[in-house]
Amino acid sequence: MTIHLSHFSAAMTFALFASIVFGITHRNTPREMLRYGAKCFLFFFLGTLAGGWLMWLLRH
Amino acid sequence: MAKAATKSAEPEVPPAKQEVEPPPTPKAVGALLVGWFIPGGGHLVQRRWGRGAILLVCIWTMFFLGLGMEGKVYAFNTGDLLDILGFFGDLGAGGLYFLARMMDWGHGAINLATADYGRVFIIVAGLLNIISAVDAYHIGVGKKP
Repeated sequence: MTIHLSHFSAAMTFALFASIVFGITHRNTPREMLRYGAKCFLFFFLGTLAGGWLMWLLRH
Repeated sequence: MAKAATKSAEPEVPPAKQEVEPPPTPKAVGALLVGWFIPGGGHLVQRRWGRGAILLVCIWTMFFLGLGMEGKVYAFNTGDLLDILGFFGDLGAGGLYFLARMMDWGHGAINLATADYGRVFIIVAGLLNIISAVDAYHIGVGKKP
């Protein structure tokens, strides 16, 4: 059985897990971990959108 | 003149306030090794149950999602530089990597776009596990609560 994810859903799944690990390993308190993880996820999300639009602009 | 300006730009830190790297302890090195071999295990052996469980779920899920997407698991090689780096990234997953090699998983399906995502998921799971194992080491030496 092969798992099929779209490029966007794969990128967001990647962002979710990477952000959680970054949050836990890069900060000391639970509150800071949550904030840092959320910030990383937001940057991943915005980076994905920005990259997508950049590729769209290059193509057109 | 220039020397004086440079000196004033870099404030001297008193020796007592400089951050000193704590020496490695057997407990910390053990946590590092356990954390590498069993993703999340380095935190669990130090009774950081919550963090350990979350790390375990994240890294294991990422690794098996990668395999589910038919991502490639690299064997040791001396060929292309990216293949060599891929091997070291995969090796970061510790026991999961050896399990995948033993079970002959991860051949990679080059006709599937998802297989390429899967390859990246497996490599990144390994790299995140290295970060996680180092974090377990820092907890072991008392650098982190």
